[in-house]
Amino acid sequence: MITGTKREKAPRIISRAVTTPMIRIGGWSLSVYALLFYLFLYGPIIILIVYSFNDSRFPTQWAGFSLRWYERLFNNRAMGAALRNSLIVTTSSTLISTVIGTMISVAMERYRFKGKTPLDAMLFLPIIIPDIAMAIMLVAFFGLAHMRLGFVTIIISHVAFNISFVAIVVRARLAAIDPRLEEAAADLYANEWQAFWRITFPLLLPGILGGALLAFTLSLDDYVITFFTSGPGSTTLPLRIYGMVKTGITPEVNAISSLMLLASLGLVVLSLWLQGKGE
Amino acid sequence: MLREAQTRRERLVLRVLLVPTLFWLIIFFMVPLLVIFVYSFMTRQVPVGIDFPLHLGNYIRFADILYIKIFWRSFVIALLTTAICLLMGYPLAFWMSRQPAKVRNTLLLLLMIPFWTNFVVRTYALKFFLFRQGIMNNVLTGIGLIDEPLLVMYTPTAVVIGLVYGWVVEMILPLYACMADLDNSLLEAAQDLYASRFKVFWRVILPLTLPGIAAGSILVFVPALGAYITPDLLGGSKTAMIGNIIADQFGASADWAFGSALSFVLMAIMLVGTLLYFRILRGDSSV
Repeated sequence: MITGTKREKAPRIISRAVTTPMIRIGGWSLSVYALLFYLFLYGPIIILIVYSFNDSRFPTQWAGFSLRWYERLFNNRAMGAALRNSLIVTTSSTLISTVIGTMISVAMERYRFKGKTPLDAMLFLPIIIPDIAMAIMLVAFFGLAHMRLGFVTIIISHVAFNISFVAIVVRARLAAIDPRLEEAAADLYANEWQAFWRITFPLLLPGILGGALLAFTLSLDDYVITFFTSGPGSTTLPLRIYGMVKTGITPEVNAISSLMLLASLGLVVLSLWLQGKGE
Repeated sequence: MLREAQTRRERLVLRVLLVPTLFWLIIFFMVPLLVIFVYSFMTRQVPVGIDFPLHLGNYIRFADILYIKIFWRSFVIALLTTAICLLMGYPLAFWMSRQPAKVRNTLLLLLMIPFWTNFVVRTYALKFFLFRQGIMNNVLTGIGLIDEPLLVMYTPTAVVIGLVYGWVVEMILPLYACMADLDNSLLEAAQDLYASRFKVFWRVILPLTLPGIAAGSILVFVPALGAYITPDLLGGSKTAMIGNIIADQFGASADWAFGSALSFVLMAIMLVGTLLYFRILRGDSSV
């Protein structure tokens, strides 16, 4: 007991004595810097949100609080259609890529097979390739294959980049699950199918949901690839916002941007909650 | 604990697991990649289209001073962005890693929120802040720091600010991961041996955080070099980067062959960068 407390206390005393100058390096000047940094990160976002409630048409003068831009937004049919299109694209691509990405994760983390290394490299490519290169190669391919640009081509493209991202998340989780658990189940006369669904799958679920959430975010976020692979009538939310931003600064864009921010905040909270469940 | 698929049943299971990914990535990724690879050697048709014969002309066109300039500009902008992100991110990551665990998690969360936010929206927020009658100019003229509003928008400076704003978090996360593992006792040991603060940093902290610097730099440099949205929204006609020129070849210019060649050069640069990164990561800290 005594040695225990000593060992507990001793390093603390030493470290307090010695780290004081170290802490001074990281002292208040660094703290002030950190504050400024977070201000840089959040300042523009907060200003944007504040001005989305501005009654004035002009972006610079404050004319009092108003919800008129939100009201106008909800009556904007094109914006409603864009939201609907975004939800169609995001939901379908998330569902497909989550299922496929989970399957490949199980294959990669549980089996040894020929051609695994090149497959690993191929899974890595969609992550490092620049968006613009992926966008033009897909539009060239769809043109060659005589596929009409629209929802189908957007969803195909989103799945093509999302499988890899889902696989990263699910594989990380799968690697942490002891395969002996499945073996133990097999010893108890569970067949592979039962062992997977009763043992591995419940343990893997936070990982799968985490992967799905990442896929959802990336799909909802994407502008470049969607722009090139979309056709008439399949304009998504980022495309619509981008068009408005290109033409100029309007309070309506501030309103829709603030709503998008709120949505991503929800996604962050959800992902943290999932992470907490996973641990 | 990997196993071989032994029974016929197991081989079938493995095949079922593999086929969807193989199908999707081969048909909708590798084949398109091959398509533009072939395109990059083909000939442009007027007004739209592409045809044989194959030749190297699209790559030779890079010799044109116009494209060399655009590549050089993109490279400089990406490098500058990476350097600024590193200078801004390093002290922050260090400060974060020295905070109590509870505070650290909150700080991390605060970094993650912009990271999960729509990129177009974030870039727009910055535009709203930077433009001529924007808040920044109002505040700066208001407190009398400047007389005339700063014309930042539509300049290369705006593009760099936008890229830093967009990607600085990607620099901080690997740096932070590296520094969180940094043992305080090592720093203390160095100080006990009368190393100055600068020497503690230069001889102990910096070498140990090199993998984080390498990872963060790649995570910023690669998207910055291939940027499309930021220069398009914040830059002017004179700040176009490679990404914008590629997009233009598949839009208004309708020169698919040249656009494909441009993409391959861009990807080659990135591949070299990524390979370099892996070499550094492999523990060769003398690089």
